[in-house]
Amino acid sequence: MSTSERNRERDSESTFGDYGGQYVPEALMPALQELEDAYERYVLENEDGFLDEFRERIRDFGGRPTPLQRADRLSDRYDREIYLKREDLVHGGAHKLNNALGQVLLAKYMGKERVIAETGAGQHGTATAMAAAHLDVPCEIYMGRTDINRQRPNVYRMRMNGAEVNPVTAGSGTLKEAINETMRDWATTVERTHYVIGSVVGPHPFPKLVRDFQSVIGREAREQIRDRAGRLPDSVVACAGGGSNTMGAFHEFVPDEDVDLVAVEAGGSSLEIDEAAGLAPNSATLSTGTDGVLHGAMTKLLQQRDGQIVESHSVSAGLDYAGVGPELAHLVETGRVTPVTVDDEAALNGFHRLSNLEGIIPALESSHALGYLEEAHEELGDLVVVNVSGRGDKDLETVLEETENRDLAAAPDVEVFDQ
Amino acid sequence: MSHESTTDAAIESDVEAAIRENHPALITYITAGDPSLEETKAYVEALDRGGSDLIELGLPFSEPIAEGPTIQAAINRALDAGTTPRGFFELVDDLETEAPLLVMTYYNMILQFGGEPDVRPFVERAAEVGLSGIIVPDLPAEEADPLREACDDHGIDLVFIVAPTTEGERLDRIMSQVSGFAYVQARLGTTGARANVSTATHDSLARLSEYDVPKAVGFGVSEGDHAAEIIEAGADGVIVGSALVDIIAEHGSADSGTESQNTAEHADGDAAAELEAKAAELKRGARRGAADEDAPEPEQP
Repeated sequence: MSTSERNRERDSESTFGDYGGQYVPEALMPALQELEDAYERYVLENEDGFLDEFRERIRDFGGRPTPLQRADRLSDRYDREIYLKREDLVHGGAHKLNNALGQVLLAKYMGKERVIAETGAGQHGTATAMAAAHLDVPCEIYMGRTDINRQRPNVYRMRMNGAEVNPVTAGSGTLKEAINETMRDWATTVERTHYVIGSVVGPHPFPKLVRDFQSVIGREAREQIRDRAGRLPDSVVACAGGGSNTMGAFHEFVPDEDVDLVAVEAGGSSLEIDEAAGLAPNSATLSTGTDGVLHGAMTKLLQQRDGQIVESHSVSAGLDYAGVGPELAHLVETGRVTPVTVDDEAALNGFHRLSNLEGIIPALESSHALGYLEEAHEELGDLVVVNVSGRGDKDLETVLEETENRDLAAAPDVEVFDQ
Repeated sequence: MSHESTTDAAIESDVEAAIRENHPALITYITAGDPSLEETKAYVEALDRGGSDLIELGLPFSEPIAEGPTIQAAINRALDAGTTPRGFFELVDDLETEAPLLVMTYYNMILQFGGEPDVRPFVERAAEVGLSGIIVPDLPAEEADPLREACDDHGIDLVFIVAPTTEGERLDRIMSQVSGFAYVQARLGTTGARANVSTATHDSLARLSEYDVPKAVGFGVSEGDHAAEIIEAGADGVIVGSALVDIIAEHGSADSGTESQNTAEHADGDAAAELEAKAAELKRGARRGAADEDAPEPEQP
């Protein structure tokens, strides 16, 4: 059996253990079949040189490979070797471009006239808008009203790159509602539109497709740590919302059983679900969720006992989602990935600490991974890779506001600005 | 309702019998709990009096990705009013209608009913309260085996949707598994009342004409004239939802107050009367379509 035949066999499955599948309206099923076919031909088989073009563009336009940087002061602080995978240095400021560029290019190869996408923090919307401008494809982005208000710089960036931004006012106006609205658009225009889904979520084959475009993170990191340290790390730490930087960082390490894979979720202000109000003051789906079907896949969810999806919360808009990728749910279920949580405050401290000690302002998403490093570095071994999934410029307003309300050990005195 | 079989084949279901015996059939939809379960009871009875041959009741789910703005708003009103699956089943248990009842809901609601992810407790309860069928907009045939098996065990129809994009081998496979009727989606997109009948409807019905199963067309049907046109084009039934939900929304609720304030003074009786009248108009339209269909070609002068 050839490699490509093995790839086909391995990837024709629509599930990961009990998770995954295709729970979508009938109108979308032929489009998923078409996408599966395109995934197999272009991504797995490199038909028409798709992968060659993708690699060239993600290098020249995207700025890959990103460095694996030794964090000297964190290494001193924790008395072990800490390396940072610098996805904040990808064009656009986050790992999101890896996937967006891959999918918009794939849409072009498939002959689609238009791409749509949903966005939470705005990073995926920005990356999709950039990729669409770069590849000359019309682009519309759905974004919750609440997220538009808390992530304004990204809204401007999307508009500057020529994308339409459609506000979604339903529910709490965050990522979950934006996904619903994008699915509706897709169900109406499916014959000419590709939906650039923003994480390793949704119906098959999206979780695999997005994972494959993101797995460049772990592939590079694996080679780089071997070059630098002469061995594989004891652990890889990444934040987890939907799970795309997580799966991207972990995928290549999954067969390396000696490498611990730690997914850091947003613990928000509490891990309890308020059943009466239908609210979870966290986004800790892997740690506290239960099995169910949302947005096209069987996965772990934050839901009420009767099946209604609850509103999640995180100080980081990018982690604020009630679902998670089905493959990640499977890896947690089988014990390969360990889910942990870090609350809003620890994440904010992580944000300030990295900014202060290393001169890197991380995204609030990545700050959760850095928060966990502070809390549990002794359990992570001597050689640790932390994925810095994005940069934090977009989060400055939120961080200033949230810092003002708290007494944070790692925060600088910001009152000087007001004098 | 009849349990008699009209063919020599296996025992025909309530749902299929309702369509075949009342041809052309009117299938109506409203969301349970909009604006309250008590009002839903009155509205369902009105739709039954108005000539509905089957009635679909929506069990609200917080993420209704297949619905347009009208039904999404109804679902939000129902959830705000505290509608739960248990309350829904109590309502159905309490209803006495000529027309068989179907539940339309999303897969997660079915999966979670028993406390553990499993479809069986929902189907068992549905059978217990006398529901005749289940429609699940986010459950394509490929994922439906567990639910279909549970439904078969309890004599409940699992109705599949056929979209304008459903063609070739998939269409064959779905049509071979149809139970009750094929729900023919009139156009791409979400539910919602439209001003005219889509050309996709005619194409879909032409594509389906070779399959000997009842076909009912939904998505966008709002007027008697639409019903006539759809039946004339070869459908066995029409499905109407958003146009009925609009009537309920306009009347608001005397209890819940805030929404639709300007019309809240209407008594509930008015909404029920309007629903009954609307159902009757749609049923007349459907009959007109059937009459045209059967009418002899006009003689040439």
